[in-house]
Amino acid sequence: MSTPIDYLLHLADNAVVLGQRNAEWCGHGPILEEDLALANVSLDLIGQARLLYQRVAELKGGDASEDQLAYFRDAHEFRNYTLLELPHHGPLVGYAAADRDYATTIVRNFLYSALMVLVWDGLQNSADAGLAAIAAKSVKETSYHLHHARDWLVRMGDGTDESHARVQAAVDHLMPYTEEFWTTSPAEGAAVAAHVAVDVWALRPAWDAMVNDALAEATLSRPNFHGYVTEGKVGLHSEHLGFLLAEMQSLARAHPDGRW
Amino acid sequence: MNTPALKEWPLWEVFVRSKQGLEHKHCGSLHAADASQALHMARDVYTRRQEGVSIWVVPSASITASNPDDKGELFDPAADKIYRHPTFYEIPEEVGHM
Repeated sequence: MSTPIDYLLHLADNAVVLGQRNAEWCGHGPILEEDLALANVSLDLIGQARLLYQRVAELKGGDASEDQLAYFRDAHEFRNYTLLELPHHGPLVGYAAADRDYATTIVRNFLYSALMVLVWDGLQNSADAGLAAIAAKSVKETSYHLHHARDWLVRMGDGTDESHARVQAAVDHLMPYTEEFWTTSPAEGAAVAAHVAVDVWALRPAWDAMVNDALAEATLSRPNFHGYVTEGKVGLHSEHLGFLLAEMQSLARAHPDGRW
Repeated sequence: MNTPALKEWPLWEVFVRSKQGLEHKHCGSLHAADASQALHMARDVYTRRQEGVSIWVVPSASITASNPDDKGELFDPAADKIYRHPTFYEIPEEVGHM
């Protein structure tokens, strides 16, 4: 049985891109304790990405390696959700160096980890034994990420007027990007058919319940929206991914095969 | 909502029990808004290298500490009472290592 490589890359790229975004807070966290918490989340995600890239490299054979997959592919080859590559600030900021907004970071981590606890849970029964093992490890890490993000979502939503307004703005900004979760890409379809992947569509009621429950507790409202559904997972990205990759990949490309 | 934000979060003392250890040991302190948050932060700050299997957090304000200025009257009187140490007993051979 052949494991659909593109599906594994989708999972790996999700993890590495969000890991890189969370790592941008390293040394800049709002308080020391949160700085460490986010670095932990980031390292968990990068660890998940490494395992997945290693699995892809194993399946591809030849000179494929985790480093080559992470550092020597360009933006159009990445299969991550567009949600995960967005900068840490709301819309209407035309430049990447804007002040990071912690609410945006937290809401994004919440929306993604709420999905991934369900995905990893299901993937523990994947027909691909390697992926099932990665899922068993990742589901624990992701449960913690969800707990962390949900806790802050509620604290900020049910906090001061300013924290409420900022976290509501982040929810309004990011929620439309979650529509991408529910479309089926060719890679996902093939992987589901091969019993390697879980059908994300079937997870939607559980995800909706988790999100609605948290938003209600946080006294936040869930926005309605219609319109363009992003397609990062088929390689059509926002302009932000290129900048993210330029930073993430620059060292490896300047010193190919460097060891330190 | 409409709760005024605190300028500074309260301080918590963190106690961690290691895998081998029987008792929780003080390992440091941190700032957190409340007890459950303090627990999670303690997990991230103090158990990243598998240091522990159990965490306690205690509000630092709940700890009553002895005054360093009273060190003399509190502790010095014990200095010359060597008979309080159990070092004057012969341990029988059959007891072995204690």
